[in-house]
Amino acid sequence: MIYREAGDFKTSYRDDSQTFPIRLDRWGYYAILAVAFGIIPFVINDYWANAVLVPFLIYAIAALGLNILTGYAGQVSLGTGGFMAVGAYAVYKLMTAFPDISILIHILLAGGVTAVVGVLFGLPSLRIKGFYLAVATLAAQFFLIWLFNKVPWFYNYSASGQITAPERTVLGHAVTGPATSAPAKYLVCLVMAFLLAWLARNLTRGMLGRKWMAIRDMDIAAEIIGVDPLRAKLSAFAVSSFFIGIAGALLFAVYLGAAEAGEAFGINKSFLVLFMIIIGGLGSIFGSFAGAAFMVLMPVLLKNLLVGTLGWPTDLAAHIELMIVGGLIVAFLIVEPHGLARLWRLTKEKLRLWPFPH
Amino acid sequence: MKTKLTALVVAGIMAGAPAMADLVVPNLSYRTGPYGANGTQYADGFNDYFTLLNERDGGIGGEMIKVPECETAYNTEKGVECYEATKDSGALVYNPLSTGITYQLIPKVSVDKKVLYTPGYGRTSAKNGEVFEWIFNAPANYWDGASVAIKHLLDENGGSLEGKKIALVYHNSAYGKEPIRTLQELAEKHGFTLSEIPVEAPGQEQGSQWLQIRRDRPDYVIMYGWGVMNQVAIQEAANIRFPMENLIGIWWAGSEIDVEPAGAGADGYKSVTFNGVGQDYPLYDDLQQYVIDPGKASQGGQHVGSAVYSRGMYAAVVIAEAIRTAQEMSGTSDITPEQLREGFENLDITQERLVEIGLPDFGPPIQLSCSNHGGSGMARIQQWDADEGKWNLITEFTEPDQEVVQPLIEEDSQAYATEAGITPRDC
Repeated sequence: MIYREAGDFKTSYRDDSQTFPIRLDRWGYYAILAVAFGIIPFVINDYWANAVLVPFLIYAIAALGLNILTGYAGQVSLGTGGFMAVGAYAVYKLMTAFPDISILIHILLAGGVTAVVGVLFGLPSLRIKGFYLAVATLAAQFFLIWLFNKVPWFYNYSASGQITAPERTVLGHAVTGPATSAPAKYLVCLVMAFLLAWLARNLTRGMLGRKWMAIRDMDIAAEIIGVDPLRAKLSAFAVSSFFIGIAGALLFAVYLGAAEAGEAFGINKSFLVLFMIIIGGLGSIFGSFAGAAFMVLMPVLLKNLLVGTLGWPTDLAAHIELMIVGGLIVAFLIVEPHGLARLWRLTKEKLRLWPFPH
Repeated sequence: MKTKLTALVVAGIMAGAPAMADLVVPNLSYRTGPYGANGTQYADGFNDYFTLLNERDGGIGGEMIKVPECETAYNTEKGVECYEATKDSGALVYNPLSTGITYQLIPKVSVDKKVLYTPGYGRTSAKNGEVFEWIFNAPANYWDGASVAIKHLLDENGGSLEGKKIALVYHNSAYGKEPIRTLQELAEKHGFTLSEIPVEAPGQEQGSQWLQIRRDRPDYVIMYGWGVMNQVAIQEAANIRFPMENLIGIWWAGSEIDVEPAGAGADGYKSVTFNGVGQDYPLYDDLQQYVIDPGKASQGGQHVGSAVYSRGMYAAVVIAEAIRTAQEMSGTSDITPEQLREGFENLDITQERLVEIGLPDFGPPIQLSCSNHGGSGMARIQQWDADEGKWNLITEFTEPDQEVVQPLIEEDSQAYATEAGITPRDC
């Protein structure tokens, strides 16, 4: 009754093929953008920024990146943590080597560096598929972390191997370093997440995205109809790594401020991002955001509920939290194997018919 | 339904930081994860000493101490979340027991004006108070530990390590890498060769490392490990029949749970320590009377008296003394983090004071100043007696080789000051 399409006429192909063809969806989207850009920056505090929103946005970018590779192009990757480390170390080297250039450019360049590394490690995908490719990308994960631990040049020869982000500003406001205000942190991540999500959406519904999906669905058939697997697979690796590199750069420079390769970008990170896209929904932009929200917010929420509100001992709460999150993942996948995105789509379909289903 | 869920989510997240009065000393502990076995004991010791002060003396200077606990699982992202969740509750000082989290917090505490106290871990060069205004790492740091271990070896070898081979087995993280620079300098000075053998975190797999040790046959092995890595290393060392008295761990590799799994094989294993061991101190009687018997001990008091428990308690002792000093200096009992920082800089824990506390000869005397945030760096060696199942202190407190350590601290802290754009204070 409320959510329906009756009377929402399209008179041009352009209208018909827009991202949100239903008027109510479009309004919802504009409303979310208005809140995200217009209201939250004025009310956000350190806790909300550092514990909730900034990690959510950064992981959403990483999930978008992996979703392009795994969800759209069908290439399984376990190297996400390693590629994020490439982004982090690239931005660190760039920002310490060229302190006068804007940090935003450095973050984009770090994404570019990661794209190159991603293509390099994507080469095996031309010969191997599925689990075997997963193992090859797993090798990338371990190799990259080993490299950043082993070669002191990457961490500017600091005694402990830690990298620490110096202060850099955008328009006079610090966005990295300890003096960064909560709104600045949030806005940088939000702008990046918004632009990259917009880019991902438009790439995936254009020719490139269709090629990726053709490769994913059946690579031999795709090759026969004229999709070049070399270009399609490597472009998926490049674009995906670009996203993941930016996520890594933001994670280190804006969110954490200091990082060490093994701890911040270990194999756990690869699995975390993979879980995000599986729970959120493979091959879905909304799913990347939903999955990131689920994996980032759920533990914080449970912790605050169990320790803050119910006053449980912290270790018991931590163990219960692991069990609940794990249980929820299993439950979700049983109820809806295609993730939160599919659940959302079903809800919308039901809502269109409500209150008079067939 | 959706709004309800959103409201619940918002309410849940908002509930994170309840407001508090009293003096707040958050305990960023970790009782889960690969380092949970050690973290639990430390957190218990830390909690219990403050419980004792609250129960016996009514807090410090009449102010009760609140110790809200937050689980970090030794994970830097959770550490940041814990810090943000507690910092607005009036928190005075942080002690995260993780070098990784310390590195995250060093820039943050300097801006938020909170004290960061990292006894025996964290960034070694934080000893230089001219650069690291808010960080304190007394009584000893990683480089002091490395130097004291080498001094012990010098004593054993009649003052010369010429031509000896020493291997460093270390946790491949910021923590484990810290001593490398000092040991390299010391190797040059004393003419021993140093081989560096990293162990990937968390350290359950060490077969190849100990195979390498078996092949290279170093005279001594120094170990910088934590958590499960220690147990595995000591077991592996016992398996290749490496003479245990030639294996020296840093203080974080010197607790009962590290050596007990190897049984009799661990007999003779040594480690550096900056706090006393065992329960032969008068304070433990008070602890029994006021905390353990009434059932107020943290997690039931199952680890009371263990080496790591004692270290957690020692950290609490130093913080409590700094609070007391700050109260005396400022004339108010409800101190601010700024006043606590002053208290730390004027901290003077003498042996007489330790006797008064009930911990005679438990730690080295600590005297801090504006420029020295790290104390004397004195530490001693303890040795495991597997038959008795206890640690024995085998040396007195030894001064580290400041000739080597101090220039390195100057160099590293200056590098940090340049990188972070800090103008060192005038002390």
